[in-house]
Amino acid sequence: MEENLKKTCLYDKHVALGAKMSPFAGFMMPIEYSSIIDEHTAVRTTVGMFDVSHMGEIFVSGPDAERFVNHIFTNDVKGLEAGKVLYGMMLYPDGGVVDDLLVYRMTAENTWLLVVNASNIDKDVEWICGQTEGFDVKIDNASERWGQIALQGPKAEEIAERVLDMELSDLAFYTFKEITWYDAPLIASRTGYTGEDGFEFYAAPEVIVRLWDILLTDAHVKPCGLGCRDTLRFEAGLPLYGHELSPEISPIESGLGMFVKMDKEEFIGKEAVLKQKTEGTTKKVVGIELKEKAIPRAGYEVIADGRTVGVVTTGYHTISTDRSVCTALVEKAYSALDTEVEIKIRKKLFKAVVCKKRFYDKKYKK
Amino acid sequence: MAKTIEGLYYSESHEWVRVEGEYGYVGITDHAQQAMGNIVYVDMPEEGDEVEKDSDFGAVESVKAASDLIAPISGEVVEVNEALADAPELINKDAYENWIIKVKLSDASELEDLMNAEDYAAFCENEH
Repeated sequence: MEENLKKTCLYDKHVALGAKMSPFAGFMMPIEYSSIIDEHTAVRTTVGMFDVSHMGEIFVSGPDAERFVNHIFTNDVKGLEAGKVLYGMMLYPDGGVVDDLLVYRMTAENTWLLVVNASNIDKDVEWICGQTEGFDVKIDNASERWGQIALQGPKAEEIAERVLDMELSDLAFYTFKEITWYDAPLIASRTGYTGEDGFEFYAAPEVIVRLWDILLTDAHVKPCGLGCRDTLRFEAGLPLYGHELSPEISPIESGLGMFVKMDKEEFIGKEAVLKQKTEGTTKKVVGIELKEKAIPRAGYEVIADGRTVGVVTTGYHTISTDRSVCTALVEKAYSALDTEVEIKIRKKLFKAVVCKKRFYDKKYKK
Repeated sequence: MAKTIEGLYYSESHEWVRVEGEYGYVGITDHAQQAMGNIVYVDMPEEGDEVEKDSDFGAVESVKAASDLIAPISGEVVEVNEALADAPELINKDAYENWIIKVKLSDASELEDLMNAEDYAAFCENEH
């Protein structure tokens, strides 16, 4: 099993830093270096650096590229300018989610970059290639030729500009630029998955290693593992594929309808999600807060009126706000704010109440 | 490297027992706390509860996940470590100083099934 695990270009750096390594999405990835709480707090207060080279990069190009991306993607990329990024999903015809992803409109003519979840790379490539009939497009899975580092936190801009000698303050949230850095192409994107301001840098593996080493020379830059990446995204109310989005949980059920553009002429899954939007769904992803100190975890049952009415999708005792909270997929009748429910934790039932699923206010650059 | 302490009894599920007369203090090992990372909650039984060897009696929760506590010995819980309710991270600071429950041993011969410090250290080594 272990010998089949892939390593990112930064694997040796993680081991040298003494990271706790663990398999994730087919890669040996750093879970934590010092502690999840320290790393989480660094991102909220100063800056943290993540190796996210396991993520997938898929290029779509060709004369029909824009029309094709709009066919497989829920958000509307029509007329999107180079340098802009959109978040959205690829759906199955029944409205279930193939994956959630970022779409980059590159400066090269008719060229788009799709950034997908590591765990879904093979499935996504197969899915995308299976939809190309009638479109003049080329699909290039470049995942192994690109690495990625996320630099996240309120000090990200200041430190990155100074240490990397890049001009980044001109980038607005969800925009990017393609630059040449040490004679190599690099994408600097003002995006992230933590609820803080910050950047995601994409480049060839050897360039990513250089970027990592240079960023680490700044004493404020704390290497952060996937452990706090999850606590950070969860607090900010950002979904994780396989938890809040899946083949069984549509973006409408997950409350992400704003990334699904119903006014688009067509896209795969449109009919199904349009029906969900107009007729309503039977289930909904909500936030739930426990009234007592215990921790809800993914898979635990949500109980009301003496029966199971839902299941926890992600849960933590939050680090930034000191609350025992979770997201859960519950029956519509129990999804209103302030609905009283219980969560079954081991053998006991704990009182809880439906709340907003954003547990921390995002601090993005305007 | 994870620490062990001579004179304690250790289980394969990474609990330890310190015997004082007819009582046993039970906690989790340094190896366990290192593997778990930041501990944020300890789900403890109540005084008067009976714990049964090899059955779960609560859980220790890190930021990431819950790990069941498995009783290494049987008996009545005569005291729980209330300090852990407010400061579960004490286990990260010193896993052997911060016991979780104090049990009145119902069958001292159960201790014979547990490992000594040396055997437990070797057991952890082989686990990897």
